[in-house]
Amino acid sequence: MKGQVVKGQVVKGQVLKGQMTGAAAARTRRRSIRPLLMFPLAFVIVAILWEGYKSVGPPNGGRVLGMRVLARTDERAMPHIWDMLVRFGRSEVRGGQDTIFVVVIRASWYSFRCALAAFAFGSALGVALAVLMARFKVLERALMPYLVISQTVPIIVLAPLIMALMAYNSRELASTTWLAAVLLGVFLAFFPVAVGTLRGLQATDAAPLELMDSYAAGWWKTLWKLRFPSAVPYIAPALRLAGAASVVGVTVSEISLGVKFGVGRLILSYGQEATSDPPKLFTAVFGAAALGLIMAGLVVSLDRLLMRHRPPEAV
Amino acid sequence: MENQMTASASTFVSQPAVVVDRVSKIFNKGKTNQVDALTDIEMVVQPGEFISLIGPSGCGKSTLLRLIADLLAPTSGAVTINGKSAKQARADQDYGMAFQQSGLFEWRSVERNIELPLELKGWDKVERRQRAAEMLELVKLPDFAKHMPWQLSGGMQQRVAIARALASHPKLLLMDEPFGALDEMTREHMQAELLRICNNTGTTVVFVTHSIPEAVYLADRVVVMSPRPGRITTVVDVGLGRNRTELTREAGDFFARVTEVREALRGIEATAASVADDLRTRGIEDR
Repeated sequence: MKGQVVKGQVVKGQVLKGQMTGAAAARTRRRSIRPLLMFPLAFVIVAILWEGYKSVGPPNGGRVLGMRVLARTDERAMPHIWDMLVRFGRSEVRGGQDTIFVVVIRASWYSFRCALAAFAFGSALGVALAVLMARFKVLERALMPYLVISQTVPIIVLAPLIMALMAYNSRELASTTWLAAVLLGVFLAFFPVAVGTLRGLQATDAAPLELMDSYAAGWWKTLWKLRFPSAVPYIAPALRLAGAASVVGVTVSEISLGVKFGVGRLILSYGQEATSDPPKLFTAVFGAAALGLIMAGLVVSLDRLLMRHRPPEAV
Repeated sequence: MENQMTASASTFVSQPAVVVDRVSKIFNKGKTNQVDALTDIEMVVQPGEFISLIGPSGCGKSTLLRLIADLLAPTSGAVTINGKSAKQARADQDYGMAFQQSGLFEWRSVERNIELPLELKGWDKVERRQRAAEMLELVKLPDFAKHMPWQLSGGMQQRVAIARALASHPKLLLMDEPFGALDEMTREHMQAELLRICNNTGTTVVFVTHSIPEAVYLADRVVVMSPRPGRITTVVDVGLGRNRTELTREAGDFFARVTEVREALRGIEATAASVADDLRTRGIEDR
C-alpha cells in the first residue's frame, strides 16, 4: 500500500480489507448457497407433513372442542403428492393434445406476464405518487387518506366495475380482460411502493440535505442525487410487497373476471372438477405457486441489485 | 474586541474573505418560544486566515456558521463573502462545507463522493475524475478511490469529506466540529493534516469547535462566544505562526493561549452562573 504516511489509518484500512476477502467472503458464499439447499428441503418437509397427516388424519375431517378444524384426508380433499405429479404428465381433458404440464405452464406464463406488467406499472405509479406527495405537502394530506381507503375496497368488487368501464360489448370483452386484470394488479401493487417511497424520501438525514443546500442544488436535483438513493432501503422492501401484491391482484381478478388464459382461470375451472379429478386442481395450484416464486425471486434480485453497494449491515 | 478585529483587518490590503456586518438571528420571532440566537455579530475574516469559533453550547456558533453559508437567513444585518452577498456566494459554490458527520453518500464510492460538487457544477466526467484523484492525493488517500465510505475508518471518512469540500477549489472552507466524533489521536492527526492542506491551498477557514486546544492549535484567531443572547465576547490572537507541528502542542506560548481562551470561557460561565443564582434567589426557575 502506497499511503503509508497515514500510518494508523492505512493499517486500519488494510484490516478492513482483509476481513472482506477472508472470513466475511466465505460467510457470504455460504449464505448464498444455503437458500438453494433450503428450498428443496422445505418442499420435502411440506410433502412429508402432507402425506403424514393424510395417513393418520380422519378421512371425513374431525372436530376439536366442537369446531370443525381437522381437514378431510380422503382422496378428494387431499390427493397423494405422487398423484398430483403424475397428473402433470397426462392430458388436460380426455383426448386433449397437450399434457396438463404444458397447459399449466402456458397459463402461468400468461399470468406471469400480466403480473410483471402490473408490478412494473404499479411500482412506477407508486414512486411517482410518492415524489409528488414529497414535493407538495398539500398533496400528501389530500391524497394519503384516499390511498389508504382505496386499499380497503375488495378487488372482487372492482373487477366487474372495471370491466363495465372498459368493454363496450361481449366480443371486445375477451380481448380486454387481461388489461383489466393488469389494472387490478396495479391497483394493489402501487400502494406499498407509494407509502414506502414517501417514507424513504422523508427520512433523508439533515447533514447531507444541508450539504446539498450548500451547493445551491434545487429540489429536483436533491431528489435525484440524494433523496432517491437514500430512500432505496425503504423502496426495496416495498417492491417485495408490490411483487406479491401484483401476483395476488392478477390471479384473483383473473378468477373473478374469467380471463381465458390465466392460471387463475385454471384454478377456477379445475376446482369445479375437483370431485372427479382431485389432483387436477393441485396442478394449477402448483402453477400459481411457481408463478409467485419466480416473481419473488425476481424481486429479490432487483432488491440485491439496488442494494449492491450498501454497507453489509444495511442489506 | 471590535478594535482587535479592525486592527488586524487593516494589516491586509485585499478584500476580506468574510464580512459579518451587525448580524442578528432570532428564531421563532414573536412567539412564546422565541430564541435570540445571535445579537449584533461583527466579524471580518481575511483571506487565508484560520478562525476558530468556540463557546458553550447554545452560544450560536453553529448558527453563525450557517448564516455565513447562507443556509440560514439573518434576521437583521448582512453577510458578505469575497464581496458577494452570501446568497450569491452559495449559488456560485464559493465555499466548501464539512460537518461533524462526514455526510458521505453511502451509495457512492469515495471518488464519486468527492465528485459530487463538481457534478452539480456540470463538470464533465474526465475532469471530475482527475480532480477527485488530485484531492485524494491531497488528503493522502490515493488508494481508496474505489472504496465505499463504509469500508473506511471514521478519520478516513472525514478526510474524504474534506476532500469533497475542497474539490471545486473554494477559497473558503466552513467546518462545523468536523473532528468532534473522532478519537483524540486521530483528531490531533487530522488537525495537523488540515493545517497542512490549508497552508498548501491558501484556503480561508471558519472552524466551529468545542475543544479549546483544537481551537488554539488551528487558528490564527480564536473567537470566543457566549450564549443568551449569542454574541462575541473575546477574540484571542493566537500568533503561533504558520508552521505548527506536534511540538507546538507542547510549547509555552500554546499553553498561554489555551489558558487565555479557557479564562475567557470561564468568565462566560461565571456570568451565566451568577445570573442563574440571581434568578433563583428571586424565585424564578432557571431552565
